[in-house]
Amino acid sequence: MDNILNFISANQQIIYIVILMIFVGIEVIGRVPSVLHTPLMSGANAIHGVVIIGAIIVMGKAETDNYLALGLGFLAVILGTLNVVGGFVVTDRMLEMFKKKN
Amino acid sequence: MEFNILTLCYLIASVTFILGLKMLSNPASARKGNLVAAFGMGLAIFGTIFLYRDIESGERLHNYGWIFGGLLIGAIVGTLAAKKVKMTAMPEMVSLFNGMGGACAALISLVEFNHLSKEISSGGNNEFIAAHQSTILIIALGLIIGSISFSGSMIAWGKLNGKVKDFSFTGQNILNLILLAIALSAGVWLVVDPVQGYLLYIILALSLLYGILFVMPIGGADMPVVISLLNSFTGVAAAFGGFLYDNKVMLTGGILVGAAGTLLTILMCKAMNRSLLNVLVGSFGGNKSGGGAAAGPQGAYKEISVSDAAMVMAYANKVIIVPGYGLAVAQAQHVCHELEKILNEKGVEVVYAIHPVAGRMPGHMNVLLAEADVAYEKLEEMEQANEQFKTTDVVLILGANDVVNPAAKTDPSSPIYGMPILEVEQAKTVIVNKRSMKPGYAGIENDLFFQPKTSMLFGDAKKVLQELCAEVKII
Repeated sequence: MDNILNFISANQQIIYIVILMIFVGIEVIGRVPSVLHTPLMSGANAIHGVVIIGAIIVMGKAETDNYLALGLGFLAVILGTLNVVGGFVVTDRMLEMFKKKN
Repeated sequence: MEFNILTLCYLIASVTFILGLKMLSNPASARKGNLVAAFGMGLAIFGTIFLYRDIESGERLHNYGWIFGGLLIGAIVGTLAAKKVKMTAMPEMVSLFNGMGGACAALISLVEFNHLSKEISSGGNNEFIAAHQSTILIIALGLIIGSISFSGSMIAWGKLNGKVKDFSFTGQNILNLILLAIALSAGVWLVVDPVQGYLLYIILALSLLYGILFVMPIGGADMPVVISLLNSFTGVAAAFGGFLYDNKVMLTGGILVGAAGTLLTILMCKAMNRSLLNVLVGSFGGNKSGGGAAAGPQGAYKEISVSDAAMVMAYANKVIIVPGYGLAVAQAQHVCHELEKILNEKGVEVVYAIHPVAGRMPGHMNVLLAEADVAYEKLEEMEQANEQFKTTDVVLILGANDVVNPAAKTDPSSPIYGMPILEVEQAKTVIVNKRSMKPGYAGIENDLFFQPKTSMLFGDAKKVLQELCAEVKII
């Protein structure tokens, strides 16, 4: 019990962020028309590409002689970038079509 | 100072993610919303590269060559793939990119654990281990969810482009639960006893296998729901990365997508009037033999020639077109718009009735028709369309099946019973274009095709539409 309470007070900022973001995430897309389901999914897909930042940190901290870390980190940066760039470009292509006839 | 600027970058990026999602859920601002989020992402990425400092040692990042090399390769390949993909293959593409994000999260966990286990084996005492137990837990959880998201997305991708077939066996659900339970307990074991580094690879293997078996039995029609769910999984995996580095932008972005993705998944399920559990456990493929679903062909159907169909439509007051997956595979959206224009010239009112799950993804039809310049106001959502069928002369169904199956309203034993459908049978005449009498995704017969007011117009949607255009023109 003490452990749990300690954990909560040590990480309270993070816990606040998590809880608030859950509500924001739900609230923000609550009234999306079904027309936009696919682009929205694609856009959200690009946003979770933020994981690339973790890959950059891994890569940037790896010792220059640790080839395993360098190799895996390099792969992670490539995959993360694919997720981010591909995600935003695909979403833009979908939405470009919605705009054209206005 | 520099580090404070980075904090500011992260703050701005987090706000752009929220704003971006908000704008993406409104047709007028959607495109801008995507750009806003992309701008925030760029800010966060370049801020990290140039301004990041380790909290403990204050060291900057190095290996710039590798980082920029990876960014460059990923950016080029990603842009090319996203630009070149056909509109019909969009859903696969989203799944593929989603899998990349999951794999990225899993790789981060692998490298971080490697780093940690080196420190543990080189003189790590119990105190050191105790201080890092929560880190190991986060690494293990990030690995599990990232790997599931990766292998699951790859299977979903393969299924959507037809490379992977449905596959299920009895007890699969139980086996899946057992796999997940073992992976989780291996994670707990690793936290208690971090010296057992090999456990991480067991977790990796089990999670990958779980992802595969989890998606394998789910029917192609339910893939959108699965992709949306895996999308929110990757969001959570990114959030674990945020925990790991105490990085607020990863945390906000990840949790935001995790929550929004989960809601989107539920909204999609609602559009099909099914629960998420039903989609995941009681897949279409699994209980095909149950109920009166797999009954053989029933009664006779009536065929119509292209010229007769053209005649009926040219003399109608109002035509509603119901596009389905058949239109998408045939790439017939442009010629469909052509037919609409020709009919308009003849004074026929034409609108499109879009079922929320027509095609292979919610909104799939809207994207396709928008590509062909069909006006936004001509696309009617299901509720509005259902009010209009009574006053409609001709309904032209292009490769849609389950979304117009009256069994969803009338036959409680049907697997799609309860799904809201387009009530096309209220119109005066129904013309159905299909390639053959084969049932649709759900694998069930459609009564609609055997009703007296329905006529079948067999053939590839694009070819049939071209012929229809030619015929209507000369009337």
